[in-house]
Amino acid sequence: MVAVKPHNFRQWGLIGLAAVFLLVMLVLPLILVASEALAKGWQVYLDALNEPFARKALFLTLEATVAAVLGNTVFGLASAWLLTKYDFRGKAFWSSLLDLPFAISPVVAGLLFVILFGRMSPIYPFLRAEHIAIIFAVPGIILATVFVTFPFITRELVPIMEAQGRSEEEAAATMGASGWTIFRRVTLPNIKWALIYGVILCTARALGEFGAVSVVSGHIRGKTNTLPLHIEILYNEYNFTAAFAVASILVILAVVILILRNLVEWRAKRGLRNGN
Amino acid sequence: MAIEVELKHIHKNFGTFKASDDVNLTVEKGKLIGLLGPSGSGKTTILRMIAGLEHPDSGDIFIAGKRVNDLPAGRRGIGFVFQNYALFRHMTVRENIAFGLKVQKVPPKEIKARVDKLVELIGLAEFDGRYPQQLSGGQRQRVAFARALAPEPELLLLDEPFAAIDAKVRKELRQWLRATIHQLGITSIFVTHDQDEAVEVADDIIITNHGHVEQAGPPAAIYQHPETPFVADFIGESVHVPDYTVFKGFSNGAGSHEGILRPEFLEIAADEEEILMPLAAEQGTVKAVYFRGSNVQVAVEVKGQLLHGWRSLEKKPLHEGDKALVLIHRVYSFAGGKTQIIENSAKQEESVVI
Ligand SMILES: Nc1ncnc2c1ncn2[C@@H]1O[C@H](COP(=O)(O)OP(=O)(O)OP(=O)(O)O)[C@@H](O)[C@H]1O
Ligand SMILES: [Mg+2]
Repeated sequence: MVAVKPHNFRQWGLIGLAAVFLLVMLVLPLILVASEALAKGWQVYLDALNEPFARKALFLTLEATVAAVLGNTVFGLASAWLLTKYDFRGKAFWSSLLDLPFAISPVVAGLLFVILFGRMSPIYPFLRAEHIAIIFAVPGIILATVFVTFPFITRELVPIMEAQGRSEEEAAATMGASGWTIFRRVTLPNIKWALIYGVILCTARALGEFGAVSVVSGHIRGKTNTLPLHIEILYNEYNFTAAFAVASILVILAVVILILRNLVEWRAKRGLRNGN
Repeated sequence: MAIEVELKHIHKNFGTFKASDDVNLTVEKGKLIGLLGPSGSGKTTILRMIAGLEHPDSGDIFIAGKRVNDLPAGRRGIGFVFQNYALFRHMTVRENIAFGLKVQKVPPKEIKARVDKLVELIGLAEFDGRYPQQLSGGQRQRVAFARALAPEPELLLLDEPFAAIDAKVRKELRQWLRATIHQLGITSIFVTHDQDEAVEVADDIIITNHGHVEQAGPPAAIYQHPETPFVADFIGESVHVPDYTVFKGFSNGAGSHEGILRPEFLEIAADEEEILMPLAAEQGTVKAVYFRGSNVQVAVEVKGQLLHGWRSLEKKPLHEGDKALVLIHRVYSFAGGKTQIIENSAKQEESVVI
């Protein structure tokens, strides 16, 4: 592509507007987070991060994220495979159902889980008898995170798998390859980059999830607080420095993910060029 | 000869559409068979059912005498060449060809030897490290062929193997494929909707139409003795005439008078000197002349019907609007559901008079 140089005021004006917008909306907040977090010096910053509740919240967030990514990778692969390599009744319905978590507000999703597993649920007596806590406990948080990140991987995979068709898999099948071999040696290499991309998006979303988790968590410090919830609590307690310090962890994670995302995109493009 | 493939009363519906409607066919061992028919006539469906990629609703499929209906694709001992080749895009030429052997856990040494031989066979030894995207259409086609052959299948199935290749390369590839398949002695079925290709490459042709087999046999037999109007029409450059009894020498046809005329059934002459039996010939008007390289095709109107014939370049050129004599040697008739070749009776009378 030829880079076109802007050459009149209107174009410069638009570019300037976009730059100002980016600065105000994206860059300034980042700088603000950093400066607020470090407002009282490094020691206070590190203390805020080292505080047991903050550490616990970080671990819980990572736990929920890992669970969501693992669960949704398996589920996403399976459902994308199903949607693109097979014909079955209700395929269109299945496909639109998949998008439900995109369409529904996370708070509503959280409420659904409360109704499903909370005190009002018909299965609550059973859960109670078996000492299984879901709502206001870690399983609920994981469930809510899985739910809101549910479609990311499938939605990344379906278009590319659709475009690639079934014939490579069929060719492998005629040569006697088992389903697992076909998946591992033919399908997976073809969708590798889309899958990694989906995993990255899923991770980003899981790390930052607030709404659904907030409803099912119960905000028990040191037990059911994820990072975003912990930040909110700190903030509501006017503990701004600590709030921003903890927030800076999420910012750093976000930046790392962005870099990864770009690396993947660049690699995928290069792979495409080399026919690899 | 031993039968390699047999299909008995195969039915296959897609929804309410009958893709296969009572398909019966047999393929002898070692033969190269062309599955020929118009688009949508169910050729690919037949091939995919033999391969095990599609399953018939009813009917039996036999390969080498064994019923294979319930055998998965990978255990039928077939090689499949897909229309779009379906090469593994993230594997090199070598890896593509080796795939089937690796799956079968052939020792690496043997794999290497066999792949070496195959890349040699397809003439791509120097390109064996390339990815499919880095090859031309013809080269990809040959890789697909080698990949299907590598596991030494009993039966090779090819779906329009030349469809995506330009005319010249296609001609070469056809010859190459025919020679290679015969050299290896492997039973093969290839799908095509190009009759020249079928006639040129196949030992036997199976003609499909509307999901069933119209006729099967050697190209010459199909050409000379079409069993159904469809085959007579589909093969060669045939012309339909609604009533052939209007022509001289065909006045006593029975039943339906619909007939099919091939260009080679006609003799088109500029004047009486050019023709042996002028009395048996009809008068006509030249409507168009097409130059075809080695001869010319002439369209002549006779009694309101447009007929096509060929004429040597050595003879006096004809032009649009010229008068011409047309001798019709024979006509295909399908009266009463039977194929008949009706000879010109005026011809015989004239020879008796002389
Ligand atoms: N998976 C499918 N679902 C629905 N209809 C199908 C499917 N596969 C084939 N058909 C239909 O069955 C008929 C026969 O298809 P098939 O692919 O066997 O034709 P073909 O003879 O190979 O044609 P072509 O020369 O165009 O490749 C077509 O009308 C097609 O639309
Ligand atoms: Mg086809």
